Parts: sequence; structure tokens; C-alpha cells
Amino acid sequence: MSIADVAIVGAGVVGCAMARRFALEGAKVVLLERGADLLSGASKANSAILHTGFDAPPGSVELSCMQAGYAEYQAIRESFNLPLLETGAMVVAWSDAEKAALDGIEAQARANGVHDVRRLTASEIRAREPQLSPRALEALLVPGEHVIDPWSPFLAYLLQAKAHGAEIRFATEVISGSFDGDIWTLQTSTGEQRARTVINCAGLFGDRLDARLLGAASFQIRPRKGQFVVFDKAAAALLRTIVLPVPSERTKGVVLTRTAFGNLLVGPTAEEQQDRERANVVDDTLRGLIARAVEMVPALADAGVTAVYAGLRPATEEKHYRISTHPDRNWITVGGIRSTGMTASLGIAQHIYKLYEEMGHRHVPVAEPATARVPNLAEHEPRDWQSAGYGEIVCHCEMVTLREIEQALSGPLPPGNFGGLRRRTRCGMGRCQGFYCNARLAQLTAGHFASPLAVGDAA
Amino acid sequence: MAVQSERSASVDALVIGAGPAGLAAATRLKRLGLARVIVIDRELEAGGVPRHCGHSPFGMREFGRVLTGPAYARRLTDAARGAGVELMLGNTVVAIDTAESLVATCTSSEGIVRIAAKRIILATGVRETPRAARLVSGDRPLGVLNTGALQGYAYLQHLAPFRRPVIVGTELVSLSSLLTCRKIGARPVAMIEERSGPTTRRLFMGLPRLLGVPVFYGTRITDIRGAQRVEAVTLSGADGKRQDIECDGVLFTGRFTPDAPLARAAGLDIDSRTGGPTIDQFARTSEPRIFAAGNVLHPVETAGWSWREAVRVADFVAADLAGWLPSPDNAITLTPGDGVRYVVPQRIVRGPGGLSHIQLRATGDVSGALVAHSKGQRLRTQPMTSGPERRILAPLDAFRQADSDITFSFDNRRSTASRSDATCV
Repeated sequence: MSIADVAIVGAGVVGCAMARRFALEGAKVVLLERGADLLSGASKANSAILHTGFDAPPGSVELSCMQAGYAEYQAIRESFNLPLLETGAMVVAWSDAEKAALDGIEAQARANGVHDVRRLTASEIRAREPQLSPRALEALLVPGEHVIDPWSPFLAYLLQAKAHGAEIRFATEVISGSFDGDIWTLQTSTGEQRARTVINCAGLFGDRLDARLLGAASFQIRPRKGQFVVFDKAAAALLRTIVLPVPSERTKGVVLTRTAFGNLLVGPTAEEQQDRERANVVDDTLRGLIARAVEMVPALADAGVTAVYAGLRPATEEKHYRISTHPDRNWITVGGIRSTGMTASLGIAQHIYKLYEEMGHRHVPVAEPATARVPNLAEHEPRDWQSAGYGEIVCHCEMVTLREIEQALSGPLPPGNFGGLRRRTRCGMGRCQGFYCNARLAQLTAGHFASPLAVGDAA
Repeated sequence: MAVQSERSASVDALVIGAGPAGLAAATRLKRLGLARVIVIDRELEAGGVPRHCGHSPFGMREFGRVLTGPAYARRLTDAARGAGVELMLGNTVVAIDTAESLVATCTSSEGIVRIAAKRIILATGVRETPRAARLVSGDRPLGVLNTGALQGYAYLQHLAPFRRPVIVGTELVSLSSLLTCRKIGARPVAMIEERSGPTTRRLFMGLPRLLGVPVFYGTRITDIRGAQRVEAVTLSGADGKRQDIECDGVLFTGRFTPDAPLARAAGLDIDSRTGGPTIDQFARTSEPRIFAAGNVLHPVETAGWSWREAVRVADFVAADLAGWLPSPDNAITLTPGDGVRYVVPQRIVRGPGGLSHIQLRATGDVSGALVAHSKGQRLRTQPMTSGPERRILAPLDAFRQADSDITFSFDNRRSTASRSDATCV
């Protein structure tokens, strides 16, 4: 069996960006993912905001990764056909205490190099966002905060990595491993894998992987559940700017934001739990989120709910990223990448590649990066149904065409489960949640997934 | 198809939705002599929901005989074609421009077509409320769906999404889902209902008994568990008692809601009670050149009811094209009060004609009287007993002379003050 230069464990936002970076730098990459598809763990549920880092800890690795990630996303997004919904964000003060905190947030933003922030008075807020509750006292406008598609970039990164020889193995869990001073031999659920260096991007299981293969973990994952509510598309017209709360010590708090897909989203909650697998939604909590959204934008009282979801963030006992190198073991741990990970992913990959070089590794970067354009799913850019020859519209709520579904299923990186197809095409993610298309999708995807939609034929 | 090669077309009436209401309206419009009538539907086949209701009875009102859903859908489609209606299938209307002349923008695999229409009838129907919008707790595994999807599995794809589901709801559609389960070889493990009794008539609850499906009233799902596919649910009774039931699916039935995103996108006034566009007694929406018919107005009615209503709406459209309808201005509004979930139409204008009845729904089981108030005065009192999801009708003639807004509410003190000609079907 051939030996990879690096084995990346975990195909979340960090692992996907990592696979791309290392492949572009000329390393022979293998990506091992226990789930049936990319973004199967923490990464599948986030608020999809591309952050400027205005409120990140000054001088931190997190801040520099966020800002490098932000810049690289802007630089490469058009070549991948990735969207950017330019919204800006407002940190809104709803009380005098929060108003008093805005000075500190503004100073921190400037210290972090985010110089285009400015204060908005109550009347300026009203002029910008007429539907926002008049209880908004003052705000800090952060023009550079935007909304992206939270899934397609990572598919694009993997497609590019694959074009440069990366091997991507889904449904492959790393069980154990041994290091002979030069090479790691990993035992996985789908066989052995050898690699010179291992990069742990295992998210919610990062500490366990370290413990299992290094003998000890330098941090402990404390899963933090976030629940979200997605309002119907009609509600997206009620808000232009992302509404951020004045953050607490622990969490960025509940955000109200448009999505790239034309909805309005409220969430996440921040609920500590032990379980690393289960991200269940809870009715009372969802009602609480809706109530919070209605407080911010009263007209949402009449808005329909399209979807609800929950995810787990890989928080640790400390707030900062838990990145560590183990040069004697050819091992790099990228742990505790919390809610800022989607923004920071490309920057984290740059940062880790530098650390890898410092460990003495060298490769020859690819001369001409392959293009890996992904289908646009954002509502404000042209969608597939707008060009003829699409066959039929399978999902009417999200206007997903037969052509899109067939291309996703037959593409170079087909989805390993229904969730993966949904994230690649948006099928079944609209207001009717599959009332119309679920049966048709069962027929179209038959034979593609280990967990099929249909359990069998009609008896 | 002819229209496709045109890229743009001009018609007397464009009907959006080829279900029972849309086909009925279009057929009638052709028979009334309109030169060009198009029915557009996003599905590849006309007929709407009955296409995948493999059970009887359909067609009593329309064809005087009992038909299955698919046979009924074919009859309606054949009647429309025979009358000269043009069917544009596999076409989705994505926008209606009302700024000057009415123009609907449609997409199909062949491209974009713009249709200018003198009048439009929205007949986009209803769908069920999915699990997400009901805010039900738990994991989000495979195997959670609505009856509409189940019917698609059973009658269109011949597949089974589960074998041992829990069924949520006791509406008529919930009972129909029991038959669909039988067709695919699924054996429901329970039927649950949040109310203390069935939503449909108690008489019909013989069906789950016959099929050996236990029914739990005053019960809701408080947890769904399953990593890939549903594995179990927790049921919680009104008394706080919980029980876990193993199952491999959850079927959320009913709680119909109009499929009205197009009405919203066109800027029409939407009734938050029905979820559909508001209309006057001529079925004119807040844009008087756009009419609406069928279940997009009132969740939920039978196919036969929607068909009959749509025939009347076609008459109003033809009358409007001839200049015979009264002005849509200066309407009085009809609003629901205590115990009333919705009232359709939502407006009455001065003038003769229009729908013969006002349609209402109660919020739950009610007994006493339906009272109409205007300016603090009782206009009318109709003794009745009704339940949720039951058709309640009040004659429109009784309210034509009212000169200010009317509120309908249930008064649980039984009144004998007025004659009763309200119909509770």
C-alpha cells in the first residue's frame, strides 16, 4: 500500500480546507472521515456568517486565521463559483448596559484591524432596518460581515484536492494507530492506512483521537449544542443586515440573519452537554428562539417556519483554538475549532501548513491549481432552473432541477447520504420539507446511499 | 408544446394549478366562450392531489359516480382538454407581474415563457404542515414524512418509506393514510391525537379499530430518536404519562396549509388565519384581476367542493371580463372572533351575486351559536354544534346589507333567538 504524506482525520470545514491546502502544496493527501459524507459532524450546522474577526481575541491565532480565511475566501470564491451575500452586520444594543458595552466592542474591532466599523444611532438603525424593533437603542455596524453558503465551499475544496490526487475515504473511522518513528500505520474501519504525518481535524472527537493514538489529549471537548430556526423565504425581505447581539463571555449569542438561500435564520442556542453524537431539537427551545426573533423583528410573528435544526460545536474547557504540534510523533492536532471555524478554515489550513513546514517537511506546490466550480445554490445568483434543458423541477420549494440532482449523484464526489444530497442541491430543504419531492427523491437516489430513503418496495 | 415555441403568449385567462379546482375553472371558462385559456402546472401530469389518492370516493358531485382518485383526475383532465383548454405541464410560475398588464413568468426545461393574461386564477392548493413547522422535539432521521409524500411512495413510485410508523393526527387524511399504509405493507404501531377526541367524526374511527391500530388521544410526540432512521418515539399524555414506542417512521398527517408562496410573491394580501389570499365574494384577491379558487383559499375541503366552487369562480371571471362585476372598492371585512378559526371570503362588496355562502371553521369542538356582530350589534345568531375541520356555512345574503365590518364568533350559550339556516356538514 502506498504511503501518504499526510493523513487528515475528519472532513469537516477544517479537514476539507486542510486537504485542499496540502494538495495544492504538493503533498500526497488522504482524508479519512467516519461519516458517510463531508460535513457530517459539527460542520453541518452553523450560522453561515463570514466573520471579519472584529470581536475575536486580539492577537490570537483564532483572529489571524479568521482574517486570513476571510481574505482567501474572497480571493478564490469566484473561481469556485461560490456566493457572497453582502449584508454587513450590526451589533445591536437592546439595553443601557449593552449600549455601554459598544465602546469596548468598537475599540476591539479597531484593535483587530477592522477599521470600517461605525456607530448607528437609533434613527439610523430605523432608516437601515425599518422592520427592526424600535427597542434597538444603538448599534455598531460592521460592514464586512457577510453571509455565504456554508456547505458548497467545502465540497469545492475537496473537489480541488481530489483533482490534485487527494484520496477521500468516507465512512472510514480511525480506530487505532502506531508510529514507527517515521511512518504512522492507522487501523481504520475500512482497512489500514499509512502516512508520514497525521493531522487531527476530528472536531467533536479530536480529544479522543489524540488520547487513542498519542496516549494523551491536551484538551477536552465539551460539546455545545446550538439549535436554529429557519423562517420561510417571505421573511427574508424583513431584514438586510445581520443582527448580532452584544456577546457574552461564553458565546456569540443568538443571531438573526438572512441565509444565502433566501431565508431568515435565528440561532444558535449554546447548551453544554456530554453527548457528542446527539443534536436533538427541543420544542420549547425552538419556541424561545422564535420569540427572541419576534422581539427583534415583530413582523416575524406571522412568518412561517421552514426548518429547524441543531448542531454541536466542538468547544473545549478553554475558549481559544487548541492547535498543537508533536514533531517527534509527526502529528498535528487542530482542536477546539468552535463557531468561527467556517470563516477561519482556509486560514487555519495556511497556518497548519506553515507549522508542518517548520517540522521539516517540503513539497513542490502544484503549478496550476485545477478549477473546481460547484453549482450555485444561492438565491441572489443564477440558479440551474434559469437555464433550459434541466429536465424537470424535482423540489419545487427550492427549485432544484433533475439535472442538478443527477449531476450531484454522478459527480466526482457523490453524496454518501441524503443529508449530503440536500447540502449539495437543497432538495427537500424548503417549506414543504419533502411533501412533494420526497418520494421522487427516494426513486432517484435508490442504490446510492447506505441508508436509503425507502426501506423497500411497496409490498 | 405550442406555447413553448412562442416564448411569450397572450391569453384571456391563465389558471395556475391543474388540480380539481384549476381544471374545473378552466373547463368552465372555455365553455363560457373564452377564446384562449391555459392551465399551467408544475407537475408533469394534470389532476393534482387526487392522482395519488388511490382510494374512493371521488366524483359524486362532478360525474355522478364513484371513482378512485386517479380515475377522477383523468376524467377532469379529459374534460378540460375536450373543452379546448390548453395544458402547460412541467411548468412552474415563478413570478406574477401586476404593475401594468398581468404577466406570469414561467419556467420549464425548455426555458422561460412569459404569459400575458387578462385574468389569472390561482388554484395552487394545499399541503400538509411538516414536522419542522410543528416544532416537534427530537432527532431528524429518515422516515419522518407527511401523507402527501407517503402517497407519492405508494402510488407513484411503488416504494415504502417505513414499515411500522406512528401516525400523528385524526383528520380524514389520517384515516386515508391508514389505507395507504396497508397498500405498501406497513403496519402502523399507533395513531395519536393531541385533542381529547378525534378531529374527524367519531364514526370514522372504526377504521383504526378494524385495522388493529391503537389510538391515543390527548397525546403528543415529545421526542423522536434515531441516528439514521427513526428508531423510537416518546409519547406524552395530557396526564404527564410518557411511554416509548419502537417504530421506524413518523407520519405527520393533515394540518393543511395553502401552498401560497406565489400569492405572497405577487404581493397579494394574505389572511394569516387561512394562510391563503384574501378574497371578496367574487373570489377577487387584493389585486382584482387575480382570482383564487379551491383549497388555496380554505384548508381544507374535498375535491368535489373545490371543483364546484371553482366553476362559480369561473363564472365570476367571465362576468368580470364582460364588465359586470361591481367595483372591488369600499368592501366591508369579515373577521374571525372567539372560537372561529377563519372566515372566507374576507370581504364583501356592494352588489348582487357572488358566492352563495360564507365558509367558516371552528377552532375546536363548539356548541351554542355562531354569532355575527357588527358595530357592537348582533346581526345574526345561528345555533349550531360543530367540531374542528368541519365545513360551516352561513348564507351570504344575510350580510349583504351590512354597512360596516362583521366579526363572527361562537357563543356557547345556546340561543333560540334566531332561525337556523346555517349548515354544518
